[in-house]
Amino acid sequence: MEQPLPSTNIGASVLAALGESVSDTRVFRDEVTLFVVKEHVSEVLQYLRDVEKFDMLTDETCVDYLPREPRFGIIYQLYSMPRNIRVRVKVMLSENDRSIQSAYPVYRSANWLEREIYDLFGIMFVGHPDLRRIMMPPGWEGHPLLKEHPVKVEEVAFSFNRERVMADKPRAQE
Amino acid sequence: MGLEQKLGNMGVVTMSAEKAINWARSNAIWPMLFGLACCAIEMMSTQASNYDMSRFGMELMRASPRQSDLMIVAGRVSRKMAPVLRNLYDQMPEPKWVISMGDCASCGGVFNNYAVVQGVDEIVPVDVYVAGCPPRPEALIDGILKLQDKIKKEPLAKWQ
Amino acid sequence: MSVAEPRFHIEESPKNVVSAADTQLDITFDQLKKLVTPRALTGDTMLLNMGPQHPSTHGVLRLLLELDGETVLSCIPDIGFLHTGIEKTAESKTYTKAIVVTDRIDYLAPMICNLAYVGAVEKLVGVDVPLRAQYIRVILSELTRMNSHLVWLGTHALDIGAMSMFLYTFRERELLLDIFELVSGTRMMSSYFRVGGLWRDAPDSFADAVRRVLKVFPARLLEYENLLKENPLWRERTIGIGVISKEDAVAYGMTGPSLRGSGVNYDVRKAAPYSSYDHFDFSVPLGAHGDVYDRYRCRMEEFYQSLKIIEQALDKLPPGPVITDDRKIAPPPKHEIAYSMESLIHHFKLWTEGFRAPEGEVYHAVESGKGEFGVYISSDGGPRPRRVHFRAPSLCNLQALPQMSKGYLIADIVGIVGSVDIVLGEVDR
Repeated sequence: MEQPLPSTNIGASVLAALGESVSDTRVFRDEVTLFVVKEHVSEVLQYLRDVEKFDMLTDETCVDYLPREPRFGIIYQLYSMPRNIRVRVKVMLSENDRSIQSAYPVYRSANWLEREIYDLFGIMFVGHPDLRRIMMPPGWEGHPLLKEHPVKVEEVAFSFNRERVMADKPRAQE
Repeated sequence: MGLEQKLGNMGVVTMSAEKAINWARSNAIWPMLFGLACCAIEMMSTQASNYDMSRFGMELMRASPRQSDLMIVAGRVSRKMAPVLRNLYDQMPEPKWVISMGDCASCGGVFNNYAVVQGVDEIVPVDVYVAGCPPRPEALIDGILKLQDKIKKEPLAKWQ
Repeated sequence: MSVAEPRFHIEESPKNVVSAADTQLDITFDQLKKLVTPRALTGDTMLLNMGPQHPSTHGVLRLLLELDGETVLSCIPDIGFLHTGIEKTAESKTYTKAIVVTDRIDYLAPMICNLAYVGAVEKLVGVDVPLRAQYIRVILSELTRMNSHLVWLGTHALDIGAMSMFLYTFRERELLLDIFELVSGTRMMSSYFRVGGLWRDAPDSFADAVRRVLKVFPARLLEYENLLKENPLWRERTIGIGVISKEDAVAYGMTGPSLRGSGVNYDVRKAAPYSSYDHFDFSVPLGAHGDVYDRYRCRMEEFYQSLKIIEQALDKLPPGPVITDDRKIAPPPKHEIAYSMESLIHHFKLWTEGFRAPEGEVYHAVESGKGEFGVYISSDGGPRPRRVHFRAPSLCNLQALPQMSKGYLIADIVGIVGSVDIVLGEVDR
């Protein structure tokens, strides 16, 4: 197999072709991130898959940048098997508009990944065929990976607070 | 041609029914074939060649809760799994016992978060807790021996 | 001390019993209509629930199968029964402390999860790892891969009906666990890799123990091959079952032996060598047909490749330090703390606050036993990550299950699920 190209090679041609769909690019630790305008994400992914040969969506996830606005970042990790390079596509979503075009029509692997984001972050994916909770039980309220959701659910019991914590703890019956 | 001809006259062995039944029960526990997470792999090791749980009369893992009388909760129990676990427990016939294997099942372990039940004793009554993350097979076997001791001491009145 | 926020009680019923209605699929009638064939709605075909407590779903996987007689028309996996919130917990821990939770993701290959995570953090903070540490990481990763494949082989064969394989593979697995215990002190959850290197150097008997594995394994692998490779029952149950094409496999994001079984040559160890994998000579076994048998062959061949890598790494194992001397990242040696004020400060800072990473985001992928295991870290410049996301190969591989199982018999489902080699801890995280 030939030497892996540095992924920075992808820059120029993509930027020229995509025009104003890409609002910004960033290179950090040799990883290219394309910041894509929310409305154009489907076309950009389609272009990257068909023309630039990024044939695999390895990962899709979401980041909650809470104090900032726009608050959410949807991350697409693309990999091109023939060219052996990676690129990251990032779409920023504002707190008030938590919806985005689904990547499922372009990449089938987005199916469960987007359901996971919907479940854990509450982002709606327009055009997703089967958007329902995947990790949490049906009756669950809220989206646990949002920053306002507490990490801990139970106070840790030490000797000084053991009685108070244990009194609160539910116990199973026979 | 009976046992007497081989061993001579054995006479009469007397013991209380309680003791006899408990002895039989404690040495023929059928655990449920039910693994959740990491501890399930150690539970499989315990049954496999090197540790061989069948030495303690527990080789018969049953996949159906209707046929088993011991539930080894091996691993973290998520909020989504909790109702399923309770359902399985309710389907087991009496008398039944529960071993909580590992830290996650016993108290939530390192996962003090939204997804994990903080101790399976919130859902089902636990007889023996086995510590460790995951417990070594020796630890699980020790837990099982402890359970056998416990069964042997169970009073008749408790059976109903 | 902050009091815990909303507690989630199971249910407010006197016996704390949850009603059976709660265990229903989270699916409305309209959603179900899209997932099954129209014949299911007229009662022509049968909907059958399999799992989450089923002996051959490798954990707590639930499948809703639509059957016409014994033929599977559609398969709807329901996952999440082992959702652990590992990503949320990792956010609340410092970079070093979060290594511990990565063990519990893929608990059959904990060292590879460690490697992916510490690799990502090393990339983020920009620290170099000494060569000796890299080589020991490679040796342990390959042993872990063998460990993962052994459990897969044992359970996969057990599902299809070859019970003795389970006993054999778990016998050999103890050899590997002994090595993990030797280096780290625990059998499974080792957390041996640290950011910048290793927890401490491998003990002197490490090389001998690994050599013993190298000596014992070829004969044991031959035993497995004799039992299964030409076994007519095994071939009958695996050849031509669960076929997935190259294009579909790539579209579903499958990686690892499940992808290579379809003939796609993609291995992260070759495509983007990490931890000095490019120093070793090994090949990537490929299948051709994408069926259960080819996936089985790929994994079996990987055993031999792993042994080859381990042997080379052990022969070339250089002396030297095993952790970086960057005191901002790695703690100073214990003896230095006694006389160096600066070391004491570094030690104190590391164990109370942890090191800070520059603001940015990285994605680092390694080849685990299941496929490409990736870690995405977004840092806000503090000692804790803003977001850690684990790209679980099992999740993407399992996504292809509906495609793979369509048209086969219900008895083949257990074989197909086994051949994808999922571990539910990784699917649900």
